[in-house]
Formats: sequence, structure tokens, C-alpha cells
Amino acid sequence: MAKVEFLGPIGRPSLDVDISNLNELKDYFKEDKALQEWLGICAVAVNDTLVCDLNMPIASEDKISLLPPVCGG
Amino acid sequence: MLELHEGSLHVKEILAAWYDKICDKNYGAFIPFVGIVRDEDGIDGLSFDIYEPILQSWFDAWQEKAKAQNAVLLMAHSRGDVPNHTSSYISAVVSPKRKVALKLINDFVEDFKANAPIWKYDLIEGKRVYAKDRSHLLQGHGLLKADA
Repeated sequence: MAKVEFLGPIGRPSLDVDISNLNELKDYFKEDKALQEWLGICAVAVNDTLVCDLNMPIASEDKISLLPPVCGG
Repeated sequence: MLELHEGSLHVKEILAAWYDKICDKNYGAFIPFVGIVRDEDGIDGLSFDIYEPILQSWFDAWQEKAKAQNAVLLMAHSRGDVPNHTSSYISAVVSPKRKVALKLINDFVEDFKANAPIWKYDLIEGKRVYAKDRSHLLQGHGLLKADA
């Protein structure tokens, strides 16, 4: 199972999901109304690299991170 | 070099340690930037979450850019709560040449604000309030949002 991490202010525990690409994760979350607000502004990293392609294959040991808007300093 | 500290940064100690590290390396310029939490909008301070793996790779990429100009970057940042009038962020460039260092510190801090995976909260009456309106969207945001 791939692991999904919700970083920073999202404040949800991590989640294990059985998916083979990010399109399936998008579909997995589509009924979660509260999370949809975050998904509109979150970037996505797979194994700590930001990605922009929903067709990206996901393996069972992969880590997917959702990153809300940032502001350091 | 990237340092993460719990709570406010001990500015004098950090800058002194950095200076001791570089002063005999024949660099002509050491240009630090110190960010200090301001008392504004009724906050008691700021608080920070950091995602270290991506912060480190972001910093390493900048260190390579600096190295190509014979410069070195140094950075320290706080995790957790940082009261008003204390520091949460220090970065510095050391370089043989002043002009290279001045440009690099500006470009580095601008990109830090836009892309470093750090989340800021206002501390108001003991609560952490995400500073969403002051935060920056990362590249590729919205990828997983359901189609309208």
C-alpha cells in the first residue's frame, strides 16, 4: 500500500491506499468534501519530489505527500 | 549548511559560529540576513512546521548554484513557537566577491519564501492559526482536486 502524508496545517493522520497511479488517488478523494478545499491549493510530492502528472505510476512502497501553500521565515 | 532549531534562534551564537567557521577561508564577504518576528496584528509570535526531506533537497540545489559562483550558503530556521522580537530565520552567503554575495542572498531569500516547505502560523491567544493568506502556492498545486 502506498502511504499518503498530509503535511503542515492539513492536520490529518497519514493514510495507506491501494492505488497504481495518481489519477486513482484523485478519484479516491473525490467524495471527501473537506479535503477538496485543501486539494485545490496543495502541491503533490512522490518520494519527496514534486510532481505534476496524474498518470505517474505509484508502487506499494511509495510515499505521497500533500503540501499546502508555504511561508517560511 | 542547513540547521533546524527548536524555538527561537540564538542569533549571536549562530552568527559567531558561522563566522568562526569561515573567517580563515579567504572569503571577502559574509552577508547574513536575520529575520525577526514583528509584533503586529495582535500576534504573540509565529510558529512553524517544516518538511525536512524536501527542504534539504531544495537547499542542496541552491548550494550547488552558490558553489558554481565560488560562494557558500548557510541557513538556520526554527521549528515550533517563536515569540515576537526573536528570530526564526537566518541565512547568509559567504563569497570571495561582495557583488556575488549580495545578489545571491536576495535571490536565495526570495526563492526561500516562495518554495521552501515550511508552514507558518500566527500565535494568537495560545492558538496556532495557519497564515494562509501570506502563504505561497507551490508548483503543480491542485493536481488532485476533483474536476468541477
